[in-house]
Amino acid sequence: MGEQITFWVLAVVSVAAALGLVFNRKAVYSAIMLAVVMLSLAALYAVQDAPFLAVVQIIVYTGAVLMLFLFVLMLVGVDSSDSLVETIRGQRFLAAVVGLGFAVLLILGIGNVLVVGEPSLTAATQEAGGNVPALARLIFQRHVFAFEVTSALLITAALGAMVLAHRERTTPRPTQKDLARARFLGPQPTPLPGPGTYARHNAVDMPALLPDGSVSLLSVNPTLARHEVEGDTPATTPEAREAAVLLVAAEDREEPAAEAGEETRTAGEAEARAEADAEAPAAAARPEEETK
Amino acid sequence: MTTHYLVLSALLFSIGAIGVLIRRNAIVVFMCVELMLNAANLALVAFARMHGNLDGQIIAFFVMVVAAAEVVVGLAIIVTIFRTRRSASVDDVNLLKY
Repeated sequence: MGEQITFWVLAVVSVAAALGLVFNRKAVYSAIMLAVVMLSLAALYAVQDAPFLAVVQIIVYTGAVLMLFLFVLMLVGVDSSDSLVETIRGQRFLAAVVGLGFAVLLILGIGNVLVVGEPSLTAATQEAGGNVPALARLIFQRHVFAFEVTSALLITAALGAMVLAHRERTTPRPTQKDLARARFLGPQPTPLPGPGTYARHNAVDMPALLPDGSVSLLSVNPTLARHEVEGDTPATTPEAREAAVLLVAAEDREEPAAEAGEETRTAGEAEARAEADAEAPAAAARPEEETK
Repeated sequence: MTTHYLVLSALLFSIGAIGVLIRRNAIVVFMCVELMLNAANLALVAFARMHGNLDGQIIAFFVMVVAAAEVVVGLAIIVTIFRTRRSASVDDVNLLKY
C-alpha cells in the first residue's frame, strides 16, 4: 500500500516535470525540471529494493551531472532560449505525432509483460547479506572486467573534456603597459562612475546622478541594466539599455513621491528640469527645490 | 505493480524522445537524452525486481557511469561549438549539409 502511494505521487510528479522539461522555453527551468525527475526516480529506486542505485542516482545525477549542466548553461548564456523558427516546415507537429505514436507502441508492447508472482529481491540479496554487498559481489567478481574498462572510460572522458574545452592563446597576453595605453587612447581614461545609491538602494542597477541631476548611463553595467519589464528579455541595443536605466531611475523617484503624496517626477522631467536649470542664471535655486 | 513502473518508464522515455525531436537548444536536447537514459534505468531496476536477480541493477549502474562520461564529453563539445559559432542551437550547425 505504501509503495502504491509513493508510486502514484512520484509518477505524477515525474511525468509533469518531464513535460515541463520539454516544454519550458528557458533552459534553466528545464534543468530544474530535470532535477525533479531525477530525484523522484531516485525515490522510486529506493522503493524498488535498490537503495544503492538510489544513492548513486542522487550523487551522480543530481549532484554531478546536473551541476555540470547548470555550469555549461551559465557559460553558454542563460538567455539562450529556443528560437521558434522552424527550419523544416511542419517538423514540430510531425515530431509530436511520431513521439506520441512511439509512446503508444512502447506502452502497449511493455504493458504485455507477464508478471508471475509477487516480485521480490530478497532471495537474491539475502545470501550476501543486503543489497550493497550483493551488488559488490556481482561487480567485483562476475563483472570485474567491465568495471575495469569503466575506469578507462572515465579517464578518457576526463581527458577528452579537458582537450575539447582547452583554448590555446593565439595572441600574447597584454601587459600592464598595453592596458594603460589602450585606456588612455580610449574614450574613458578615468574609472567608470559607480552606481548611484541615493541612500535608499544598494542595488547595482541603480544609475548614478550627474551634478546637473541627469542620469549617468555609464554608471550601470550594460549586462546588468534592468531587463525589459514586459518582454523579460535582456536589453541588447544601446537604446533599450538607456531606456532600462532611465526606467529604474524613474521608479526610484516615484517611490518617495508616492509616500509623501507629492507629484510624481519622472526621469524625463528631471532631465528637462536639469537643462532648464543649466540655462537659468540662478542655478543656486536647485538645492532648495531638492530639499523641499 | 511492476507493469506500472514499466509504463511510467515508457512514458518518460517517449517524453524524452519528443523533446529530442522538437527542441532546438543543444543543451536541452542533451537533457532530454539524459531523461531517456533515466527512463531506461527505471525499466532495468523494475525488471531486476521482477526477475528476482540483481543483474538489472548492475546494468543500470553501468548505464549511469557511461551516462556521466557521455555528459562530460557532450557538454565539452557543446561549449567548443558555442565558442566558434556563438550559438547553442542545433539548427546553426549545418556546415555538413551542403
